[in-house]
Amino acid sequence: MSELAHGIVVAHGVLAAALVGEAERISGELGVLVAVSNSECGPEDIERRLVEAAGQGPAVIFVDMPCGSCFFAAMRTARNRPDLRVVTGVNLPMLLDFVSHRTLPPADGAARAAGKGTDAIRQV
Amino acid sequence: MPVVVYRVDDRLVHGQVVIGWGKPLNLGFIVLVDDGVAASDWERDLYRMGVPSEIELIFSGVAEATRQLPHWRSDHRKGLVLTADVSTMAALCQGAPPVERVNLGGVHHKAGRTARLPYVYLTDEEFRVLEGLQAAGTEVVAQDLPTSQPVPLEQLR
Repeated sequence: MSELAHGIVVAHGVLAAALVGEAERISGELGVLVAVSNSECGPEDIERRLVEAAGQGPAVIFVDMPCGSCFFAAMRTARNRPDLRVVTGVNLPMLLDFVSHRTLPPADGAARAAGKGTDAIRQV
Repeated sequence: MPVVVYRVDDRLVHGQVVIGWGKPLNLGFIVLVDDGVAASDWERDLYRMGVPSEIELIFSGVAEATRQLPHWRSDHRKGLVLTADVSTMAALCQGAPPVERVNLGGVHHKAGRTARLPYVYLTDEEFRVLEGLQAAGTEVVAQDLPTSQPVPLEQLR
């Protein structure tokens, strides 16, 4: 059986820790998601934190915005790493879906989570 | 309109630059001056993803930027010139004067640097370079966002 993917949430300030904390509290899945903050970080520091969090993979990196220092660091970390995938616009529904489908290859898990996250954005 | 901001920020294009400064100043273009980025298709494509379509993102190496600055200063749009480090900004100030003010917007921790503000870390040599710019007529301030108070270089000692 292939190794289960883990998730990394990288975001501004305390946002990643809050999202990971709430995803764990709702799902009961502990230790699947890792939070990385960009607080007081230069680009090399964020990338170093991401490389450390990714370890040997496989993993999906969830980013708050599709631009900016967190996003650029995630893209550089995943460059030349087919075992890593990047999903932007992180929200709770996508994280909750991801932790329940870790047996999927990272590309499939990332695509599925992105779809679930997008589905959750509605004007009601 | 002139180039309205000369900013040193090791994150280069990010939210504070594009939204924090870009929106209130109504920037028409950003010049990213970095030899490494200018030489890499992959890096240029990456940074383009961080800029909305209404702002033109121009990539330039340092030598080309010193030649092009007079042209950018005469653009009808407002512009922001961005470098990742103090030495690149110093080269622009010296190679294409006048630069009235340099904004330290994000210079983060590295070996040899000490904290001057939560978002500004400098080596003693970088501080001396900035003092030299100021002595030559360029005001140097730290200011992460337009809404925050500029901090004079003297207070970063």
